[in-house]
Amino acid sequence: MSGKTLYDKIWDAHLAHEAEDGTSLLYIDRHLVHEVTSPQAFEGLRMAGRQVHAPDKTIAVPDHNVPTTAGRENPDQMTEDSRIQVAALDKNAKDFGIHYYPVNDIRQGIVHIVGPEQGWTLPGMTVVCGDSHTATHGAFGALAHGIGTSEVEHVLATQTLIQKKSKNMKVEITGKLRPGVTAKDITLAVIGETGTAGGTGYVIEYCGEAIRDLSMEGRMTVCNMAIEGGARAGLIAPDETTFAYVKGRPHAPKGAQWDAALAWWKTLKSDDDAQWDKVVTLKGEEIEPVVTWGTSPEDVLPITGVVPSPEDFKGGKVEAAKRSLDYMGLTPGTPLDEIKIDTVFVGSCTNGRIEDLREVAKILKGRKVADGVRMMIVPGSGLVREQAEAEGLAEIFTKAGADWRLAGCSMCLAMNPDQLAPEERCASTSNRNFEGRQGYKGRTHLVSPGMAAAAAVTGHLTDVRELV
Amino acid sequence: MEKYTKFTGVAAPMPLVNIDTDMIIPKVFLKTIKRSGLGVNLFDEMRYDREGNEIADFVLNKPPYRGAQIIVAGDNFGCGSSREHAPWALKDFGIRAVVSTSFADIFFNNCFKNGILPIVLPPEDVAKLMDDAERGANAQVTIDLENQVITGPDGGEIAFEVDAFRKHCLLNGLDDIGLTLEKQDAIDRFETKAAQERPWV
Repeated sequence: MSGKTLYDKIWDAHLAHEAEDGTSLLYIDRHLVHEVTSPQAFEGLRMAGRQVHAPDKTIAVPDHNVPTTAGRENPDQMTEDSRIQVAALDKNAKDFGIHYYPVNDIRQGIVHIVGPEQGWTLPGMTVVCGDSHTATHGAFGALAHGIGTSEVEHVLATQTLIQKKSKNMKVEITGKLRPGVTAKDITLAVIGETGTAGGTGYVIEYCGEAIRDLSMEGRMTVCNMAIEGGARAGLIAPDETTFAYVKGRPHAPKGAQWDAALAWWKTLKSDDDAQWDKVVTLKGEEIEPVVTWGTSPEDVLPITGVVPSPEDFKGGKVEAAKRSLDYMGLTPGTPLDEIKIDTVFVGSCTNGRIEDLREVAKILKGRKVADGVRMMIVPGSGLVREQAEAEGLAEIFTKAGADWRLAGCSMCLAMNPDQLAPEERCASTSNRNFEGRQGYKGRTHLVSPGMAAAAAVTGHLTDVRELV
Repeated sequence: MEKYTKFTGVAAPMPLVNIDTDMIIPKVFLKTIKRSGLGVNLFDEMRYDREGNEIADFVLNKPPYRGAQIIVAGDNFGCGSSREHAPWALKDFGIRAVVSTSFADIFFNNCFKNGILPIVLPPEDVAKLMDDAERGANAQVTIDLENQVITGPDGGEIAFEVDAFRKHCLLNGLDDIGLTLEKQDAIDRFETKAAQERPWV
């Protein structure tokens, strides 16, 4: 019999029931909840007279709708419908007795940043949330993925999920990254290679020297965008970097429990003879700082490239590329680093952590945001904000002329007032460049934090290596 | 949930690849705390201009397709977010099945929870149905889940695969939570064992 992958091992450890046809009940260790995809689920529970099965394993925080400006406790800062959603989460958290970080709590922030920060996310766990970027938590060697609202209700009621097992895919990044190349470039380069449907039906395990060398922040960035490649989840085997990050967090195990947990966590890796259904290998040293030109995360090119032509593609992608170029207002053949931008957004569950802000500060230090460019920097949580202020990063941001804001999802999906105007062009550290994502007719170029800062300084998309 | 029965309806062609959930239902409509009423905003930014007027050449605004019950779509339909508002909007509009070469995973799951059948077919079969769907009011397609057959306007038949458990749930209108709670003993046993093996969780 062949060995097991990390995914196989976590799956087996959480199998509560398996039918003959493989339909399984997977037990869920952590259920994260936010205000947008949960109200209908709680309503469903009430209508059926059901309780939350495991309130101690259920953690809620409002993030999508919340304003990121000072004085946001004032309800007037939110639209009526946003206010109703946040109020519904307040009430549901209280009525059902689940853990809750309200808007005015220093620990509030984007759900995928709060979970790891508070030690809720631990290696070997199953983690779900009604949000596709739940894949982020895979950085800890946890099986983590997004679910729909019906499934949110199912997990609330039963602490399980009806699942069929996915296939195993290995994505190996060999060697070392070159200076100026980051986790964001890795994850975008992988999607550029596999396409947005390349991971459909798979759970990806990222491995290789370039992945091992990443901090936990960088690993979270890589796993965060596994979903943009179509995968159910992305995983990275836990190691000393993981254990060091987890130790001492408020909800991490302590004392004898820590020792027992650590002993099990150290077994969480794919066996040498594990079977993979698909393998993708990229050389770390060949990855360049990248940028997206179109309206799908697979529309990735090195910053040294030019805007492609629809004729460069095949099949249905020809029409899609035409539509994208029209939407983005771009002409084939234009060097990518000549594209002028109006706005820079730094933040999101992809790149809203302290290390991301440090990368931005490195570029902004002693420089100014270009005339006519607005730069918005949104920390992923109140604690990230506090740390950035303590480290002097916030001062660098404001001196450079950037807008330093409060924690939330903000302009990643623009459900709060942080939005692009029609045809406004944005260099963004977020995860999706879909039509209308950051505002009606807004134009998004996905980049790393360093690249975003470089664009802010020059006023056009820029190779960050020119500024370091 | 209603039982999923055999039906005949107009199929609308949407050949664009990577139609994402932000296109299906833009985020401004996610602020609802209800499941119903989203059909009018399905594909909102493709379907209406900024003043709310219909864009005439968008497929679901064309007379034959205004009551479409099936969408034949390009590759990777439903990619992007986990928002179940996407299938809620499709369902509320009247869509009962979507055919494509591939679907994004979370969207695919969400469809089954809402009485929408996502059907995966090889590219040549999707191309054939796409041609059929171009026929306007004559794009009458029958979907028979029980026998797993699609019948085109010319009477040609295409067989499709579907997960047996999901088929059973759709055909019988079964509620997932009710089914899982029948296995409460297994969940209890698992929790007892897990509390011993991994007490830190």
